[in-house]
Amino acid sequence: MQFGIFSVGDVTTDPTTGQTVSEHERIKSMVRIALKAEEVGLDVFATGEHHNPPFVPSSPTTMLGYLAARTSRIILSTATTLITTNDPVKIAEDYAMLQHLADGRVDLMLGRGNTAPVYPWFGKDIRDGIPLAVENYALLHRLWREEVVNWEGRFRTPLQGFTSTPRPLDGIPPFVWHGSIRSPEIAEQAAYYGDGFFHNNIFWPMSHTKRMVWLYRRRFEHYGHGSADQAIVGLGGQVFMRRRSQDAVREFRPYFDNAPVYGHGPSLEEYMASTPLTVGSPQQVIDRTLTFRESVGDYQRQLFLMDHAGLPLKTVLEQIDILGEEVVPVLRKEFAARRPAHVPSAPTHASLKAARDAAAGATR
Amino acid sequence: MKERTLAVISAGLSQPSSTRLLADQLAAATRGELERRGVRPAIELVELREYAHDVVNAMLTGFPSAGLGQVFDLVAGADGVIAVTPIFNASYSGLFKSFFDVLEDNTLVDKPVLVAASGGTARHSLALEHALRPMFTYLRAVVVPTAVFAAPEDWGDGSAQEGLARRVARAAGELATLVAQREPARPADPFEEPTPFEQLLADGRS
Repeated sequence: MQFGIFSVGDVTTDPTTGQTVSEHERIKSMVRIALKAEEVGLDVFATGEHHNPPFVPSSPTTMLGYLAARTSRIILSTATTLITTNDPVKIAEDYAMLQHLADGRVDLMLGRGNTAPVYPWFGKDIRDGIPLAVENYALLHRLWREEVVNWEGRFRTPLQGFTSTPRPLDGIPPFVWHGSIRSPEIAEQAAYYGDGFFHNNIFWPMSHTKRMVWLYRRRFEHYGHGSADQAIVGLGGQVFMRRRSQDAVREFRPYFDNAPVYGHGPSLEEYMASTPLTVGSPQQVIDRTLTFRESVGDYQRQLFLMDHAGLPLKTVLEQIDILGEEVVPVLRKEFAARRPAHVPSAPTHASLKAARDAAAGATR
Repeated sequence: MKERTLAVISAGLSQPSSTRLLADQLAAATRGELERRGVRPAIELVELREYAHDVVNAMLTGFPSAGLGQVFDLVAGADGVIAVTPIFNASYSGLFKSFFDVLEDNTLVDKPVLVAASGGTARHSLALEHALRPMFTYLRAVVVPTAVFAAPEDWGDGSAQEGLARRVARAAGELATLVAQREPARPADPFEEPTPFEQLLADGRS
């Protein structure tokens, strides 16, 4: 099982001090956070992609390329890459290039983006969100697998004899996760291709996440990629930890109460009861996280949101320390003990290459 | 005997409220009209006051609390809806509107709805026609022709009461006719029956 962190990259005023970091500081903080994630033994760092304030990560492959040079082990990913407003040709090129630079330590998560004004800035319309995700990914999928592509669709100029360069490293396209909070069409899309499905698992109750994941699992089996329990599932999650749970609650409450997405709504306690948010001791986080598999089945990737809502960098780094030192080692052991042998691990470049070579050997 | 369910939604605030009183009269009249048509009704009443905080939270977080989620399911599964609001500032109350703002998309499509309101003066009765009816039409509900307004005088004066009772009976008859002649509501579950991917691909090409 893979564990990691994902960042939205928001610049939010710290509600306890009134301090707002600059974009420069925030970008450098994201780098520090990614390096810390590798240092404490996490498996994945994923950055968001946004094209409007108050978010800084508009150019994920620039950041991930820099991180590729500064890290040696961690998988670099996205949460999410906008499959709607980005040109699929550019995604094919950028992430193949990143894959080469990072020696295969790359996968990506596709999402639609839910900010209406962003679409027209890129010549698109949010009402076409699903058709854009369907068509653009159909093209991206081919660009990474077919040397020469002739193509015509609704949303971009046709391609005649086009070769996307560089070709994916070792001829193995980056593994793709499809992320969606509530669109069954995207779970269906992930299942159709046999790709991974990721649920953000922060903003909705677990009962909802469960419905989305099991739709994906059933359809994964329907499309012949394996049994439903072998489908590749990732979950998000949100935690804040201190040795004593009452300290965690006291320290996190002002950030929760003023958070951009759910602030000024339900109380922290109500939100913890109705969503997977866990604010408490490391043991409470371990216990809660271990319950996720009861809803969604044995899954392959768990990412945590740590740096948001104006939390200072120092606090975020402390949180990642606790996660890496106290929480993840226990989760690794406990999840592994519960997982049946026929449930696969999350695909990596190495595992996909080995599978491809084994298949080639078998047919030779 | 056919069975059908009605969801009665009252946005009254006081205890007791004239909005609730009107809702009860409409529910009772509709029950009688359905039984006359050979239908056994199950009637569920929802006081929005009890969900006021949940409605605001749903607006802020994007998802309903467990309790409000059950109300959504109740409305989605109902064969007909009676929706009653107090008139505030010449329109529906904010709570009433907010409930329908957070209700899942498409919940009311093709669903028979009776709209009604109580108000401090009969001069607000057309709020039913300029505020409630267009909203439910937008939501693609089937709104019965008679909308029922109850002004203060309707509750006191015997002849006025007769007028209100007549309007209640007429509206209830209209709702009962629509509910009785339709197949039972069967809310679609996109998580059970997704659009197959081949169709999503084909939709893009058309």
